[in-house]
Amino acid sequence: MSNEAARTGGLGGISVRDLNLYYGESQALKNVNMDIYPNEITAFIGPSGCGKSTFLKTLNRMNDLVDGVKITGEVCIGGQNIYDPRVDVTLLRKAVGMVFQKPNPFPMSIYDNIAYGPRCHGIKGRRQLDAIVEESLRGAALWDEVKDRVKKSAMGLSGGQQQRLCIARALAVQPDILLMDEPTSALDPISTMKIEELMSSLKERYTVVIVTHNMQQASRISDRTAFFLLGEMVEYGETEQIFSMPRDKKTEEYITGRFG
Amino acid sequence: MRDLTRRRHRVGEHLLQGVIYLCAFSTVALVVAMVGYIFARGLPSISWEFLTSSPSVLKGTIGILPNIVNTLLMIATSLLFSVPVGIGAAIYLNEYARGGRVVRLIEFTVETLAGIPSIIYGLFGLMFFVTVLKLQTSIIAGSLTLMIMLLPTVIRTTQEALKAVPDSFREGAIGLGATKWHTIKTVLLPTAKAGIISSIILSVGRIVGESAALIFTAGIGDKLTGGLFSQLASSGGTLTVALYTYAMGRGESADLAFAIASILVLLVLAINALTMALGGAGRREKKG
Repeated sequence: MSNEAARTGGLGGISVRDLNLYYGESQALKNVNMDIYPNEITAFIGPSGCGKSTFLKTLNRMNDLVDGVKITGEVCIGGQNIYDPRVDVTLLRKAVGMVFQKPNPFPMSIYDNIAYGPRCHGIKGRRQLDAIVEESLRGAALWDEVKDRVKKSAMGLSGGQQQRLCIARALAVQPDILLMDEPTSALDPISTMKIEELMSSLKERYTVVIVTHNMQQASRISDRTAFFLLGEMVEYGETEQIFSMPRDKKTEEYITGRFG
Repeated sequence: MRDLTRRRHRVGEHLLQGVIYLCAFSTVALVVAMVGYIFARGLPSISWEFLTSSPSVLKGTIGILPNIVNTLLMIATSLLFSVPVGIGAAIYLNEYARGGRVVRLIEFTVETLAGIPSIIYGLFGLMFFVTVLKLQTSIIAGSLTLMIMLLPTVIRTTQEALKAVPDSFREGAIGLGATKWHTIKTVLLPTAKAGIISSIILSVGRIVGESAALIFTAGIGDKLTGGLFSQLASSGGTLTVALYTYAMGRGESADLAFAIASILVLLVLAINALTMALGGAGRREKKG
């Protein structure tokens, strides 16, 4: 494990070693090695079907839900291999939160959406939950817009507000890492801008990993960028370097728009 | 000028439209006529005494109170047996089972169960619950028989309701660290509630309407025993079964059959209205 942060600090760093993932016979990820650093935004880019979303989901074992998936290699978070059979996936997912492509609030009140995770993990106290709900909504820059209607259905919010609600819901279980799977691809430009601003403030407290189709987005907000192609991680480095002087020919072709 | 009218085509269209309207209205007319006839013959025989007394030769009373009580007990016990099992099976099929032969076998069995004529359930109930398990002809034996008959409906409607819950809800809950069962309890079942309730109402309709499966198993008893458990353990005809026995009798008992028929029709209308009201509520909820 070369990632100093993952080994020593424990919180927030992710270290991936020789990761292979198969859907039945076909191999979707080929020998991925990568260190993701705490308090940074790491972006995964690449054309559709390149494995970037699949890779993101290996980081909190959401692929466990898919039939016929086989994974080899190691993903270490806080110095612990999350594919160790002794790992409790519910605790893992509490530590590694996820925000999905399409906003997916539950059909219940804003309050109950945020309180869902904490309640799952055994927090029942009214005042404690009130505090968590407010703090999480503030953390997702949604509090001022919804503070007068937290008891109303979350389905009445706009798409952008729903996505920020989903971010707040993920923050409410106090994760160290936040995975975001194309979180703005279903949103309009103004909502997208708000979410991007939010992500930049989130990295002060969390490790943020985002999959995006949008290269401008990756270059605007991320500190490091990884380029994926056909299940392989072609290049990984500081975002500025990737976008100004990529080392790999394929990366250059992709970011200059020659394919993808 | 180009002539853009084509008269012949129009005439054909109108004719066809007329035939279609006729088909639609004759359906409505048939229902109205039949219900009207049933009410016309049945409603005059309904009196307070008819609804609140037992048939007795000594007192000279004719009444359907025992049948009403039996029907309510039959609804309660049949639902008690079939709803938990049916919802459990639907949750297994939809959320836990991972395709494959076992699931196909179960689904095939459920389909087959749904297609069996109810008299065959009655025959099986008579052999198994009444004779082998020695439950006698009783409301309990009848409701166990109905459980088997109702399971396909409950399983399938609950499965449909669960299938209608978007996968993104499941992902969202699992992503927050919820266990599978917690997700089912707190997100899936509440979201599927409207569908599950309508499956229960549908079941009530089938219990109220069933006769063939009950005549052999629950019998035609028309006495009130005075105790809940003794009533459940004794022969008891539901309203539909009483309708059957009165209709088989002679003379004025036909009017009694129509009286019961009127009550049953009113019940079915009420059940349909309730289902529609709840269905509407469910749809509104989804739109949010």
